[in-house]
Amino acid sequence: MSELYAWAAILVIILASTTGDVLLSYSMKRVGDVGDLWRHRGAFAVVARVLTTPTFGLGVMAMGIAFYSLLFGLSWGNLSLVVPASASLTFVANAAAARIFLHEHVGRRRWIAALLVAAGVALMAI
Amino acid sequence: MPRLTFRKYLVLVGITVFSTVGDSLLARGMKELGSVSLHNIPGLLLSIANPWVALGIFFLLAFFSCYMSALSWADLTYVLPATSLSYVLVALVGRFRLHESISPTRWLGIALIAAGVGFVAAGPAVTPRRHREAAAEAVTSEAKP
Repeated sequence: MSELYAWAAILVIILASTTGDVLLSYSMKRVGDVGDLWRHRGAFAVVARVLTTPTFGLGVMAMGIAFYSLLFGLSWGNLSLVVPASASLTFVANAAAARIFLHEHVGRRRWIAALLVAAGVALMAI
Repeated sequence: MPRLTFRKYLVLVGITVFSTVGDSLLARGMKELGSVSLHNIPGLLLSIANPWVALGIFFLLAFFSCYMSALSWADLTYVLPATSLSYVLVALVGRFRLHESISPTRWLGIALIAAGVGFVAAGPAVTPRRHREAAAEAVTSEAKP
């Protein structure tokens, strides 16, 4: 039973953290290069601009859901199942989501990188 | 291909290190607290009062700032694999500080992650804006024939 709970938590973690990553990446691309902004307009302008980007709040909320699902998952399932399974599958989900929603150029190089990392993370758990 | 400056590489290193330290501290704190159940939401929220959890959250905030900075000038599909060395770091911390042994499969996992990082880091960090806009246009024109 707790195995089922653990996998439910893993699924929620993957969905929430992928949604969060995509929303945050989208927001930060709209904000623009933080380093340049900092140099020209100061730290306050950076914080104000990030916080007033509506999708940023949504992204943080999704990350919060992922974070608390991870805490739940860790209390139900094994650390060595929950963390690698969710992390590994999140890499693959993110590569697909970034291509679909962010129109990033996910070429062969990046797919190989995402799959290598996902496989590596999964192996670390065994 | 836009090359990253030294400072930007430092931000990527910050993501890697801060997330490793933050996660280890959180794991330690949660182990002290024991099992948290769904019926005990206040208990879950109060877990922040544990010093290890609090310190872990502090490091995760530092990680988050670096992560946001990186996402402002690099693609998500670049940043995520490029900073995945944190998994390797966790294993090495376990090996050298906690004297855990690393099995051959784990070494293979470490090798795969390192290869993935090398693969993505050797490529461009960001999709050219022109490409992204063209792709967005292609999608919208597909949507309304």
